[in-house]
Amino acid sequence: MWRAIEMSFHEVRPYLGDRWVGTANYGQVVTDEAFLEAIGHTLVLAVGQTGGSVVLGLVLALLLEGTARRLWIVRTAVFLPTVTAMAVVAEVWRILYHPAADGAVNTLLGWLGAGPSQFLNSPDSALWSVMAVGVWRGAPYDMMIFLAALAGVDRTLYEAAAADGAGVRRRVWHVTLPALRPAFVILFTLAAIRSLRVFTEIFLLTNGGPNGSTEVLMTLIYKLGLERNELGVAAAGSMVLLAASVALTLAVRLSGARGKEVAR
Amino acid sequence: MSRLDTALGLEERRGPAATLGKLALYALLVTVFAGPLLALLASAFNQSTDPTSLTLLPTRPTLENFRAAIDRDVLLYLLNSFLVVGGGLLLQIGVSISAAYALARKRFPGLRLVFLLVLSTMMLPEEILAIPLSLVLSDLSLTGSLWGMIIPVGAWAFSILVTAEFMKEIPVELEEAARLDGAGDLRVFWSVILPLCRPALGVIGIFGFTMIWDQYMLPLLVATDARQFTLPLALRTLRADEEVGIGVLLAAALLALLPSVIAFIAMQRQFMRGLTSGAVKG
Repeated sequence: MWRAIEMSFHEVRPYLGDRWVGTANYGQVVTDEAFLEAIGHTLVLAVGQTGGSVVLGLVLALLLEGTARRLWIVRTAVFLPTVTAMAVVAEVWRILYHPAADGAVNTLLGWLGAGPSQFLNSPDSALWSVMAVGVWRGAPYDMMIFLAALAGVDRTLYEAAAADGAGVRRRVWHVTLPALRPAFVILFTLAAIRSLRVFTEIFLLTNGGPNGSTEVLMTLIYKLGLERNELGVAAAGSMVLLAASVALTLAVRLSGARGKEVAR
Repeated sequence: MSRLDTALGLEERRGPAATLGKLALYALLVTVFAGPLLALLASAFNQSTDPTSLTLLPTRPTLENFRAAIDRDVLLYLLNSFLVVGGGLLLQIGVSISAAYALARKRFPGLRLVFLLVLSTMMLPEEILAIPLSLVLSDLSLTGSLWGMIIPVGAWAFSILVTAEFMKEIPVELEEAARLDGAGDLRVFWSVILPLCRPALGVIGIFGFTMIWDQYMLPLLVATDARQFTLPLALRTLRADEEVGIGVLLAAALLALLPSVIAFIAMQRQFMRGLTSGAVKG
């Protein structure tokens, strides 16, 4: 940890001794175009994946809530993507995304009347394709957290609310959502941190390409540090990422805490 | 009794139309989420080299893909993966129970600080520390050996915290009684605390298994030679190899997929408990 902070202020030169460069590494991180683009992609991916999987997860949880055995089976099946190793997920989706018209996903799109897409091979669609995989893998996890939270909803409140003449919308708004608030807070925190450090899926699905259109911070840091040996700049990048995660966590925590007080 | 619909305070709909609708919905969900993995399962047994011919039913069933995958050292990678998971898990369980015992039971100055530090490492995954971690590992000359993949996964905040939470629930009286009977620290730990912690050990065991199996960057940093690759890592080399057909890749992917899925299905109850206790408490 200390080593990383120290490194971020040096030009790291193995065997020659490190040279103090002050904040130059950070300067490069915040001005270099490749870094700025990577930060942009990371943010788009973070927002899209987090939002997508939380929303989809909630819908799944509401659909699959219950104690019946067939629901349990469906839930298990739906949860499989989350326990599958990312490396396997990436290979499967590379095949599903096969860009020819007879690729698996393109065949489905064809039935719906949409033209074949290049998916990972085109700079326009690559980031979205990666995001879709992230949502596919993340939503079941979120579903499980929501299911746990839903189990804590006091169902007698519904009867009470109904007796008071509250409609469905008001019941959802005043009973279900408040009970789910802790789950939302925790999921946003986890998902945001997870997406900031997204690496494996990008590395395996596109490796930042095509044309850098899916380069994220972690893949860039990896390339700088371990392929081009610019360790100092890479370390500075890591520190920026770290600061972002901490700031984000605190922000979610604070907004969550305030939300709870308002609810009371 | 199904509680579908009740989460939103709706009446449950009954009748054949509603049942059919639900079944269709379930079928859709299973197709979307499990379908790709089932296609992987089926296609791994199918004799074909065409990347577009994923199938749900092998039309020309064969084991040839697996034989070819074994020729490509897949068994070695699988062994590496198992060694890393086994070693990492043993280490992790050892570290977790001893650290958790200290956190849950001992009173010492700086306890809160230590707790915070453990929590903060949860926010500092090795991805962010990749660069310094790779330097530290090479300083300790752990690169190029499986130990480099095993040791870093040993200390894992999630496992420590889950175990600590669990230990806090164990009544102190049990320990005091054991001490009155003349048992020392170690003996109390071994014969009283550990047996009672078995459910927690199940949770961190299954979680640790899937997490370590999923590790990607760490093996990437550590491995200096293809012979140290874990199976997930090896998939990428297999894909890049022109001579390897898609069937072989899928066969290897299936081998990389199965252990964690089997572990998950076998210990689903513990998994769910861990998921919720780890997450909702935070």
